Amino acid sequence: MKKGRIMLALLIATALVLPMAVWAGGGQEKPEAAAAEGEVMVPQVKTDYGTPSGELEIFSWWAGDEGPALEALIDLYTENNPQVEVINATVTGGSGVNAKAVLKTRMLGGDPPDSFQVHAGQELIGTWVAAERMLDLTPLFEDQGWMDVFPEDLVNLIGTENGIWSVPVNVHRSNVMWYIPENLEEWGIEAPESWDDFLAIADDIEAQGVVPLSLATNWTVNHLWESVALGVLGPDKYDALWEGELDWTSAEAVEVWATLDKILDYVNEDFSSLSWQQATDMVVEGDAAFNVMGDWAAGYMSTTLGLKPNVDYAWVASPGTEGVFMFLADSFGFPKGVKNPAATLAWLKACGSKAGQDTFNPLKGSISARTDTDLSKYNDYSKSAAEDFADNRIVGSLAHGVTANEGFMNDFATVMEMFLKSRNPEQAANAAQAIAIQNGIISK
Amino acid sequence: MVGSKKNTLYAVLVLLPSVFLLAVFVYGFIGNSFYISLTDWGSGAGLQENPVKNFVGLYNYRELFTGFIHERFRQDLVNAIFYSLFLLLGTLTLGLFLAILLDKNPKGEHVFRTTFLFPMALSFIVTGTIWRWVFSPKGGVNVIPTWFGMEKGKFLWLSSRELVWTFNWQNVLQIIAVILFLIFAAVMYNSWKNGKRKQLIRGGVLAALMLVYALVIHRFLPPILPYEETHGFSLATIGVIIAAVWQYSGYTMALYLAGLRGLPVAMYESAKMDGAGDLTYYFKIAIPNMWPITLSAIIILSHISLKLFALIFSMAGADNASTGHPSVLMYLVTFRANNFAVGAAISVILFLMAALFIIPYLIQSYRARR
Repeated sequence: MKKGRIMLALLIATALVLPMAVWAGGGQEKPEAAAAEGEVMVPQVKTDYGTPSGELEIFSWWAGDEGPALEALIDLYTENNPQVEVINATVTGGSGVNAKAVLKTRMLGGDPPDSFQVHAGQELIGTWVAAERMLDLTPLFEDQGWMDVFPEDLVNLIGTENGIWSVPVNVHRSNVMWYIPENLEEWGIEAPESWDDFLAIADDIEAQGVVPLSLATNWTVNHLWESVALGVLGPDKYDALWEGELDWTSAEAVEVWATLDKILDYVNEDFSSLSWQQATDMVVEGDAAFNVMGDWAAGYMSTTLGLKPNVDYAWVASPGTEGVFMFLADSFGFPKGVKNPAATLAWLKACGSKAGQDTFNPLKGSISARTDTDLSKYNDYSKSAAEDFADNRIVGSLAHGVTANEGFMNDFATVMEMFLKSRNPEQAANAAQAIAIQNGIISK
Repeated sequence: MVGSKKNTLYAVLVLLPSVFLLAVFVYGFIGNSFYISLTDWGSGAGLQENPVKNFVGLYNYRELFTGFIHERFRQDLVNAIFYSLFLLLGTLTLGLFLAILLDKNPKGEHVFRTTFLFPMALSFIVTGTIWRWVFSPKGGVNVIPTWFGMEKGKFLWLSSRELVWTFNWQNVLQIIAVILFLIFAAVMYNSWKNGKRKQLIRGGVLAALMLVYALVIHRFLPPILPYEETHGFSLATIGVIIAAVWQYSGYTMALYLAGLRGLPVAMYESAKMDGAGDLTYYFKIAIPNMWPITLSAIIILSHISLKLFALIFSMAGADNASTGHPSVLMYLVTFRANNFAVGAAISVILFLMAALFIIPYLIQSYRARR
């Protein structure tokens, strides 16, 4: 019987281990015959799939405050396409952290939503376009005449040489510095026009017991970094960083980190524990002089705090970036293999249309991506932002997924952590160079 | 004889479905993860329908321990060790203390017992959310000194970036060798006291090896990292440890209470008769006799300490590098950065850490049974 028991034990052990050896192959890999460069056959969207009907599933993370804007857009769509039933599949969680994970699971499982919200730019391109799961929307853009309506810089940044990949629904500006004009008068200072100016007046501000620049948790530091980078490098060199033409270890790029190091001496010490709204509150309550934040801060100050733009609060482009509009945009794309292409196409047309954008954006607090927007529907801040958007040079935001793919953004967060601990500009610059190479921004 | 063969057959048949499910869904997937960790899936476009996976051997593991971009992983590993250590120390001592108090049968003892055990019924998310508010630097615990007329507390709790007991990662192998040396020295002392010669010699040899490595060999080896990298005990983890200890002290208290009550009364009475005070009784008699309980508590709690993902996620968020843990990093690397191979490597390392806790126990209990 002992022999029997041993046999049984061996049998069970083999049964457990064998699948590891067999399964572990995965059976999914293809030996890579190198894809012919430049001969990429990119599947394009058609301009007509017939009359839309059936169900349309919209996947986004717009819940809570941003829900009403999406609802309004969906209502507009349903008016024009009454046979379609729209399923509003949102996954809550700030800036889509949960939604993106759910989206990946669905896409990998072969069940893509009909259209999903995604930050326009490399966050989409590096993740889904590179995975060949999106359709090129150039025919749609040409059919709807959008090439003349969206600014050229914008279209260049949300597309690649192989096509345009998503329809921007809104545009937010990242490089804005907020302040309370009354308080600045009281302290006898003016909004600085460059970071050197800021550093010059910072000691004065501190002497009066006020924090010169308020800052909040992790991602807001990345947000500050990109404003500093744009201010120090200027738009051309900033673009060159993302095209792999400027090394991160070059003198100018190291200068960005060195400037950030000096600026960090003048921020509130407990920044890691604050949310971005709390940093804005510091400015409103007079505990801090300035705050660099995207223009959702205008929405927060106008709607939640009930302040009036240009009266109770004011803004300038963050130091050194006057004349440049650093944008981020939420957009919708057309995944491959959707169940209802006609309805999806109609949705994209609604998203990019003037009526759609002017319905959605006033409620959301952002501005339309089109240059022919009806400004009467927007508040004072948005009007000023829309004017800037129409004239300024446009560059993309790093912290919000336009200029770099998700791998780089994740690694950049680590580099920023390293920098916050060590405050060593050269080390950070070397680290940034290495992750840029690793994530394909600089091809070596 | 025939009957027992039939019984064996039935036994196998009944077990077969479970074995099959285990084989596929547990061991099969673990093997698949291990295989993925040996490829470079995710470093390019990882989400394709037929992704390109090139076999790269142990490259990912080398990068995790010696590549510069994974500094966060190394700090998370150090954090994991401290999480386990302090969770064990905290819950065992606090649980023992509470059990001793309750063993005295005070009034309302069953009320206290239930109250102390309640936190264990909460999920980590609930605990994390509550304690996050408690530790909020602008309100929360920092306000308590103001009740006594002192200044508001300045410690940033979960947002703190301070490191204490810092060491340089280049010296980590040396530090491990010193710790192993101390362990083997303790084994040597133990076997000398109990007169086990063979074990004494084995312990002595290993201890000497560790000492030689730490003092001599390490200096001649090339550094595992080309520059200094500071790691240490992150003070931000104190908040998480306090929350976890609060949640599981009731569990150890319940174990120890049962253990104390299970000791024969005669032991206590004879100790009393011999003039031993309470302290002596507890420390020299009761606790050593409850060693099996302590051991099983250690095993369970060390596994729980590897599952702190939910607590950390709800207390400090996934982006807080100071309270990090390899499991949180694995989530970020896999689902944000789409770097599936590195995520798989991290999860395999976590799996090995869990195995590290359980395998010595299995070996020891197997030997004990023989």
